[in-house]
Amino acid sequence: MSAVDLAVNLGGLRMKNPVAVASGTFGTGREYAGLVDIRRLGAVTVKGVRLQPWPGNPLPRHVEVPGGMVNAIGLQGPGVDVLIRDSLPFLCEAGVPAIVNIWGTSEDEYAEVAARLDGVPGVGAIELNISCPNVKEGGHAFGADPRVVSSLVAAVRRRTRLPLMPKLAPNVPSVAVFARAAVEAGADALALINTIPAMVIDIETRRPALANIVGGLSGPAIHPVAVKLVWEAAQAVRAPILAMGGITGPEQAIEFMIAGATAVAVGTANFIDPGTPLRVLDGIEAYCVRHGLAAARALTGTVECGRRG
Amino acid sequence: MLNADYFLMRLDAPDVTASARPGQFVHVRVTGLDDASLRRPFSIHDAEAGVLALVYKAVGRGTAQLARLAAGERVSVIGPLGNGFPLDCGDRAPVLVAGGYGVAPLSFLARRLERRGVLLAGARGSADLLCLDDFAKRGWETRVATQDGSRGERGLVTDLLDAWIADHPEAIPEIYACGPDGMLRAVGARALARGARAWLSLDKHMVCGVGACLACVQRLRRADGSEWVGRVCHDGPVFEAREIVW
Repeated sequence: MSAVDLAVNLGGLRMKNPVAVASGTFGTGREYAGLVDIRRLGAVTVKGVRLQPWPGNPLPRHVEVPGGMVNAIGLQGPGVDVLIRDSLPFLCEAGVPAIVNIWGTSEDEYAEVAARLDGVPGVGAIELNISCPNVKEGGHAFGADPRVVSSLVAAVRRRTRLPLMPKLAPNVPSVAVFARAAVEAGADALALINTIPAMVIDIETRRPALANIVGGLSGPAIHPVAVKLVWEAAQAVRAPILAMGGITGPEQAIEFMIAGATAVAVGTANFIDPGTPLRVLDGIEAYCVRHGLAAARALTGTVECGRRG
Repeated sequence: MLNADYFLMRLDAPDVTASARPGQFVHVRVTGLDDASLRRPFSIHDAEAGVLALVYKAVGRGTAQLARLAAGERVSVIGPLGNGFPLDCGDRAPVLVAGGYGVAPLSFLARRLERRGVLLAGARGSADLLCLDDFAKRGWETRVATQDGSRGERGLVTDLLDAWIADHPEAIPEIYACGPDGMLRAVGARALARGARAWLSLDKHMVCGVGACLACVQRLRRADGSEWVGRVCHDGPVFEAREIVW
């Protein structure tokens, strides 16, 4: 038994520890079950899903860049009903809460997806995707205006009792405005950050590396950007934050928590070392022991920004 | 090193080789690249007595670094992954069709197939023809074509396939192929025209290798004609020609 209390409460989602995996990087959990003891994870965020099946973007869908990758998968998915029938029972039996990332092209669609997930065994929270850079309708179109965010969160709030967690875009002038809009409209927690819009060109062919032309940057390159945005959002609202962006080991996860995050999600690093989330978990616990912290949640928001001494 | 551009790497990996089947692949983290570099998939060239063999061409940053590794260094490998080739071809004649370094997994297949057959190998030039001895020493017939005519017939590997079919008017071949998409599509079309099966190993850029990220998807067709989108890493990389919607 660990001497450190690792449990956290992410806006009503009770996690046995603060380490989750990010949407789109872990499938629905089953894909990695042969490589990782997923039962130890605090939560699994499931790939973005809408009401109907969605084909996603043409290939190529990804390109490697220094410090990470740029992807434009385009939210390919089976639709929420198939997800509920075929995929969610696995996580439920594994005892790991599912955070389901949802999207749509209208407020009604978001709300309907959320309503269908309400009461499904094993679903612990809804991550509202309002910041995917890779679909033309939906996704980012809802995350670029705080009034639209507010209206969408309120609309979904009316249709579900599940903890509701909008995933905010990094590329806004002030994340605090969006954080406040989301929380005032009924969000229980915030997830940030999504990938950063990006583009790569093959200079020999002069063609974009991605069929979608543009995509989203992830990986270690975006970590300092994410820390700054998590810190700003944590200043603006009291709602707990699920932080992600460039975690490759416990250090970045601890940094996020110090900046103000209640929990963290490992994303792109899963592709490179599937053992990363559990290494992060073990590292957080060791850090707490080393710093005399009885509970991991005591780390949250402990950054010292006063005058240097 | 096989020649100036092609390399053979042997890894002591009994956990991988124990269950490896021809057509499967491994996902390799290239030692010495920066921490953010993605894994690279490689088809299994051989897996005997605990030794995993991979054949690759030094074409990019990752493979160039692999080629620089010294004997004794450690490499992180996930695998075996994917479905592999079916090994039962009944009484049909196995015809292996290789484009360039697509020959790598077919060598492992030739070792495991119960029946001997023919290898048809095509490449740009003689320097791109690899591993032919592996087949010859196991009693396989080999036929070769190069686009520049530097070895064998001048032409494409599909020309060799056409010639083999013409030479064997009574035979229904069981075709196994690995190479570029254009070649696989042409091989598949010939198999369909002949009423034969062709098992095609697709080479797609992958990220996770386990079916989670949806980077390497392929449009596919079910027996009832309905379409679906599969993941080459998880549902493949080997598909029968009738399954693929090009």
